[in-house]
Amino acid sequence: MAQYAVLIYADDSAHAPEATATADVHAEELADSGSMLLAYALTPRDLATSIRADGITDGPFVDAKEIVAGFYILEAPDLDAALAIAGSNPVVRSGGGVEVRPVHSGGVMVQPVS
Amino acid sequence: MTDQSAVEVALAEAHRREWALVVAATVRVVRDLDLAEECVQEAYAAALRTWTRDGIPANPAAWLTTAARRRGIDAIRRDQTFRAKLPLLVEPVEAVEDAAVNHLVDGDGAVRDERLRLVFLCCHPALGQEAQVALTLRLVCGVATPDIARAFLVSETTMAARLTRAKKKIAGSRIPFRIPRSSELPDRLQAVLGVVHLLFTTGHTAPSGPALVRSDLVDTAMRLARILRDLMPDEPEVSGLLALLVANNARRGTRVDGEGRLLRLKEQDRSLWDRPAITEAHLLVMEALPDRRAGRYVLQAAIACQHAEAPTSATTDWPQILGLYNALLALWPSPVVALNRAVALAEVAGPAAALSEVEALDRAGQLDGYHYLLAVRADLLRRLGRTADAVNAYQQAQELTENEAERRFLEDQIATLSGRRPASPTGTAP
Repeated sequence: MAQYAVLIYADDSAHAPEATATADVHAEELADSGSMLLAYALTPRDLATSIRADGITDGPFVDAKEIVAGFYILEAPDLDAALAIAGSNPVVRSGGGVEVRPVHSGGVMVQPVS
Repeated sequence: MTDQSAVEVALAEAHRREWALVVAATVRVVRDLDLAEECVQEAYAAALRTWTRDGIPANPAAWLTTAARRRGIDAIRRDQTFRAKLPLLVEPVEAVEDAAVNHLVDGDGAVRDERLRLVFLCCHPALGQEAQVALTLRLVCGVATPDIARAFLVSETTMAARLTRAKKKIAGSRIPFRIPRSSELPDRLQAVLGVVHLLFTTGHTAPSGPALVRSDLVDTAMRLARILRDLMPDEPEVSGLLALLVANNARRGTRVDGEGRLLRLKEQDRSLWDRPAITEAHLLVMEALPDRRAGRYVLQAAIACQHAEAPTSATTDWPQILGLYNALLALWPSPVVALNRAVALAEVAGPAAALSEVEALDRAGQLDGYHYLLAVRADLLRRLGRTADAVNAYQQAQELTENEAERRFLEDQIATLSGRRPASPTGTAP
């Protein structure tokens, strides 16, 4: 098995409850199937702040129509399997898309306190 | 001792016919494309020596596969620790069990699967099309890297780097070495057919350079299309692509005159067209067209057949061709298809109707810099008697094309219209 990061690209991060509903259902399905190891949804573009050598700017790092709205880590035997799972993300059918990247290394550094 | 030249002939034949199978079967064992390629190359070199000494084996493919795999296994043993750090090619579990060479080379179905796996691996949509083309030529067709570089007019270093990058992506992102599931097949097949079609069109009208056709590329594309058809006889688009290539290639010798000047369809000597090839294309189209999965390649082939089968240019069935273009455009709304449809429309509804469509396409801007649009526009303007506008459009087209035969053709049109040369018996665009 290998790990793949799935970066979700959309016009903006979902923030209204009705807009996150489909994403939540999808996330639950993936979690139930056991293929999703970790997932984060991010706040909207207005809250993004970027830093470069020449200073701090308001907004996402890459100036584009889409932003990274969230990401998750999948476990899959090969790229085709990962693409099949990532391609089922509802964002693909609502104007956005996903980028699939094999994970080189890493993981959660500190166990969350329960 | 066997006659050296007989061995060379047998080896060339084995290279042409069996390279893909030997590579695929070796990849299965060593699970590394670079190592497999190296072992296969060594196996072919060893064959020259051994076959000269011991005679040509009854089954050259089995001999080469065994030799390449043995080298691969030796290399793996020598380099256990080094290989432990490499990402290996991913194979589905069920495929690993039936790895016996005899099974591979005897059973027809198994051989088919081996080569198909390799084709689908090389044309995986996670690879860019340039990489797909290069990998297919190297691993499926056995074309040497310097020759691939020459065909695509890049340096050998660039091509070698492109191949290395593609192989790294296959291993690093774990692109699996398997045949796509039926749910994935339509998309995956499009990528494969796209690679073969690109090879053919690159060879058929070389993007730059003195000659119109580069026959080595055309031959390779034709060979690949035939292999695919053998491997997937039930896929209509595979038959469609083969038919398209066969029908276009049937006119190969007649597309330029003795001086390398481009001849348009209506100027070509139809008596020199390859009739048996046109019949073959026709039969393929007839078989594929009724299938509900028939797509753009079947329709393009049907159009090519309509042109190829007309006994004279004047008897071309333009309404039928326009109907096929309408179907093609509905299926594949590309501006290039719309442009070709306009050429057919000019024959059915007159140049004025076609010109307004071409001008709409021009305004849409998707074909900016596409010299065929300007050439078609120029031809329509000429037919409408707007000579000055036509000359202007021809000049713009000429500035944009880099193929020498096409440039000369456009130059001739300008000269004719400007009254510097007697009118040639010409009409529609190529």
